[in-house]
Amino acid sequence: MAASLVAPDTHSPTEDAEALRKAFKGWGTDEKAIISILGHRNEFQRKQIRQAYEELYQEDLIKRLESELSGDFEKAVYRWILDPADRDAVLANVAIKKAETDYHVIIEISCILSPEDLLAVRRAYHCRYKRSLEEDVAAHTSGDLRKLLVALVTAYRYAGHEINERLAKSEADILSDAIKDKAYNNEEVIRILSSRSKAQLIASFNRYRDEHGTSITKNLLGDSDVGTLQKALHAAIRCISDPRKYFEKTVRNAIKGNGTDEDALTRVIVTRAERDLKDIKELYYQRNSVSLDHAVAKETAGDYKAFLLTLLGKED
Amino acid sequence: MAALPNELEALTKAFSGHGIHEQALVSILGKWQPEERKSFRKGSPHFFVEDERNFERWDEHHVRLLKHEFVRFKNAVVLWTMHPWERDARLAKEALKKGPQYSYGILIEISCTRSAEELLGARRAYHSLFDHSLEEDVAHHINGSERKLLVALVSAYRYEGSKVNNDAAKSEAKTLFNAIKDANKRKPIDDEEVIRVLTTRSKPHLQALYKHYKEISGKNIDEDLNADLRLKETVQCICTPQKYFSQVLNTSLKRDVDKNTKKALTRVIVTRADTDMKEIKEEYNKLYGVSLSQKIEDTANGNYKDFLLTLIARGG
Repeated sequence: MAASLVAPDTHSPTEDAEALRKAFKGWGTDEKAIISILGHRNEFQRKQIRQAYEELYQEDLIKRLESELSGDFEKAVYRWILDPADRDAVLANVAIKKAETDYHVIIEISCILSPEDLLAVRRAYHCRYKRSLEEDVAAHTSGDLRKLLVALVTAYRYAGHEINERLAKSEADILSDAIKDKAYNNEEVIRILSSRSKAQLIASFNRYRDEHGTSITKNLLGDSDVGTLQKALHAAIRCISDPRKYFEKTVRNAIKGNGTDEDALTRVIVTRAERDLKDIKELYYQRNSVSLDHAVAKETAGDYKAFLLTLLGKED
Repeated sequence: MAALPNELEALTKAFSGHGIHEQALVSILGKWQPEERKSFRKGSPHFFVEDERNFERWDEHHVRLLKHEFVRFKNAVVLWTMHPWERDARLAKEALKKGPQYSYGILIEISCTRSAEELLGARRAYHSLFDHSLEEDVAHHINGSERKLLVALVSAYRYEGSKVNNDAAKSEAKTLFNAIKDANKRKPIDDEEVIRVLTTRSKPHLQALYKHYKEISGKNIDEDLNADLRLKETVQCICTPQKYFSQVLNTSLKRDVDKNTKKALTRVIVTRADTDMKEIKEEYNKLYGVSLSQKIEDTANGNYKDFLLTLIARGG
């Protein structure tokens, strides 16, 4: 797991807070300074800067940034400055509130995070919104998608590595039958995907591939019209088995074609910069023969672009 | 010399009911000569059968029952000393092994009467003890309509603050009222909105809903759910837990109940002694016109009885 973020080993929260204050003063905002500081600090450092700023100026740095910045740049910096669990809670809420719930975000959070990290997001959600994550997901979705999403966000998977081979086979068979019969809303499918440990699931997916010669995700999509539930199941399986490939595709889709999906692009870069964005960049290059930095630079502009490139690891 | 009738009676009582009257056994049995013991065997056809080879044989079934009674005190002690997380995890596991009649009620009890953090703790302990997640085992062992309810209940991490959206509580009370009214068309437990509300909303929200429901229906929601035992228990555990526990205690204290129902006495007292035992005692008195201590005094024996009485006397 390789992060793309470039951050110094030591920093002075006070100096950083003062420099940020200076960037806010006077006419306009010195966005470059903001990017060069915040874009080079990890989550602990950013937390210290927020504390130092609060102590020095009796003001919430986050609120200040919200008022000083705007557009996609502001959204990106806002997400970046939050604690990871709080950030994911915000991302989940934004996704839920959309006219059609952006189930990808819910699936990413519930399937990629470790069980403990998912719990942290649920706590952060309680704190921020005074409701549980599952109650909001349930209230804004319906039918089979609701069943899947609620089951995924409420899971507290066993985190051990033990695998039961017999179970892997029998559950691979259940999944296989469901796919063959196009019975994607089969209760068993949701049960298996939302309750088994990741190790157990990967064993089942491997078993499936051994039996069928193709990956379960390929067969899941098939070649005819693909419904929402199918796509959601596909995303869930991808996130569980190979999150980096999943993110590469997300970012590729966000950039390609007409227009850019800034929400998705920001989300991947901001949430993975300190985790595995470097690996995602390598996958991107392998797949597309052009670096992600290059693609992002072409499709975005201004401070937003500069910020994203910084998180991608560009040296100043 | 034959055993005295009052001693016979005392001994029979010492072996019956909940737990064993150890002192009676010591003081009566201990001093009996062979003649008295013989007359005990001859005079207790429910304990001893006349064997064809001319001797009075212990009824094996009864010896097994005796074993349970002797061990009742030990089980209470072990359960009492356990960390609440381990306790709930083990109770849940045991319930799953016992089949629908007992398991569903206990799972509902644990998931609905514990706080969000206590339930989470139980899930953690379950990981450690059994190398699986609680929800995966519940989903694997339970089928049908109850599975959806139970998996969702054990997975819940409800918001614990007091903030309630009263409009939502009112409208959801109406939703539940309609679902219950249409029970002939579809069982409420199969209604996804019923499940959503009961398994994701916070307890304060559901308590507000309980009040609104009464205004709409004239009756309490659990009274209207008589046809749906599991939903009824769910609502009772969340909204009127002391009433629920009083009922469970009352049933467990009856004579001639099966061993699993009897175990509820230990379970409820040990798990509530630190929480709401005072309120449960009050509710019990209100419902049954007799104090819980008196009922335990009349029904239980020996160290087991003394232990329970001590537990419930704590804190007034």
